Amino acid sequence: MKLKSLKIFFHCLWFLALLSLITGLAATPTAQAAKQVKQKNIILATTTSTQDTGLLDVLIPLFEKQTGYFVKTIAVGSGQAMAMGQKGEADVLLVHSPDAEKKFMEGQYGINRRLVMHNDFVIVGPPSDPARIKGSRTSPEAFKKIANSASLFISRGDNSGTHAKEKSIWKAAGVNPVGQRWYQQTGLGMGQTLNVTAEKKGYTLTDRGTWLSLQKNLGLPILMEGDPILLNVYHVIEVNQVKWPKVNAAGAKAFADFMVSPATQKIIKTFGVSKYGSPLFFPDAGKKVEQLGK
Amino acid sequence: MDLILEGIWKAVNLIVTLDPEVLGITLLSLKVSGTATLISLFLGISSGTAVALTRFPGRKIVVSMINTGMGLPPVVVGLLVTIFLWRNGPFGFLEILYTPTAIVVAQAIIATPIVTGITLAAMQNLPPNLRLQILALGATRMQMLWILIKEARLPLLAAVMAGFGGVISEVGASIMVGGNIKGYSRVLTTATVMETGRGNFDVAIALSIILLLLAYLINYLLTRIQQRERPR
Repeated sequence: MKLKSLKIFFHCLWFLALLSLITGLAATPTAQAAKQVKQKNIILATTTSTQDTGLLDVLIPLFEKQTGYFVKTIAVGSGQAMAMGQKGEADVLLVHSPDAEKKFMEGQYGINRRLVMHNDFVIVGPPSDPARIKGSRTSPEAFKKIANSASLFISRGDNSGTHAKEKSIWKAAGVNPVGQRWYQQTGLGMGQTLNVTAEKKGYTLTDRGTWLSLQKNLGLPILMEGDPILLNVYHVIEVNQVKWPKVNAAGAKAFADFMVSPATQKIIKTFGVSKYGSPLFFPDAGKKVEQLGK
Repeated sequence: MDLILEGIWKAVNLIVTLDPEVLGITLLSLKVSGTATLISLFLGISSGTAVALTRFPGRKIVVSMINTGMGLPPVVVGLLVTIFLWRNGPFGFLEILYTPTAIVVAQAIIATPIVTGITLAAMQNLPPNLRLQILALGATRMQMLWILIKEARLPLLAAVMAGFGGVISEVGASIMVGGNIKGYSRVLTTATVMETGRGNFDVAIALSIILLLLAYLINYLLTRIQQRERPR
């Protein structure tokens, strides 16, 4: 008998807990709204550079106002963004890892891959330039010099677009840096990797946009730029609804169309000019990759 | 050093001007972590008391599992909750991934073992004869439990503080299941990580200061309740 009342007491407590869970759910009105107006949400998986530069903070509110969609921006590396797309956990991707993107498209995971914009990668390092990479003609040559002098190189090491580019340059240089004492991987985003590089006085490969927006605190000058291999190209890809029926295809298309629309391209062109003196990205909608950087 | 002063100055600025974005982030942190703590209190105090007052086979295994759970790594919780809440995951139909609700769920999972563990220790620490005495005085089972909980008020409020402190300062799970979406699921800790990544160290320091102030304020209030003179 006593045990029974104890049981009832605990049932009451569990019930209360459940109740608070439900009211907790209700307390977040957007979650409720999301249920009423289905497929209002778009999950945008993108690289850290578009968030860290602040570009998306300008573009997303504009898109939401125009279309009434609600964009959930998940800023991760390009590798992880594509992994999310591959599992149907994102609707639209804004990424910069062309080789991986091609594989993604070949696997039928995405449709409508469209060129949005570009900037370029640069190699930055300590002002003293211990590896003497300044004046190198190509970036593989610069990487070779870093390897030969065993100067500290900080890598993203996170399968991001920047990391993929870095690996392709090492390959071109004929050097396998993995496991070397002078080669360290952070596994962090670009901004944090730049901070680590500055602190350790190493070299790193970075997209110009993130470098420009952080440069004031870094003390890491550009030591190598302008090599065609250093082109950094951003594409927008809609995740294939045929593979994953839950994907918000209409929303994805609306966002992709928005990114390549003339008005948006104009904003991209001027973004950052007033703050950094030069644009962070160059709009490229409708162009072909081969035409870029010329 | 300049940077820290800049950060403090920025924090003062953001607080005094009631910056709407920072205010929103702060209120969301408070709401999310507060709700998660409340849920963990219901679950933790009930199950902690139950385990403390009953004897059953395998009890030691359960207790050590609870104690391990007190150190549950937030990123592990974040990863598991993400996988479960994926569209194509077992709870995908709820459609709560990348919402504040998902953060509440993850944080409640983190805080519940903490509250359970402390409740368990607190209840077991009460004099064993107390239960008999209360029952002998004619109390019902419910009244006895209520008296026991009141008796253990001090450590139980410590459980509240530990649970709340654990979740308001947690970042790993919040960023994974919440997505750090501007104006929607961005809380103080995830905003701090992002501003650090952007190199806006002054803003990051300012957000940290606001987080510390908030944690202090809540704990001050709880401590006031905890250390209150017992009514005679």
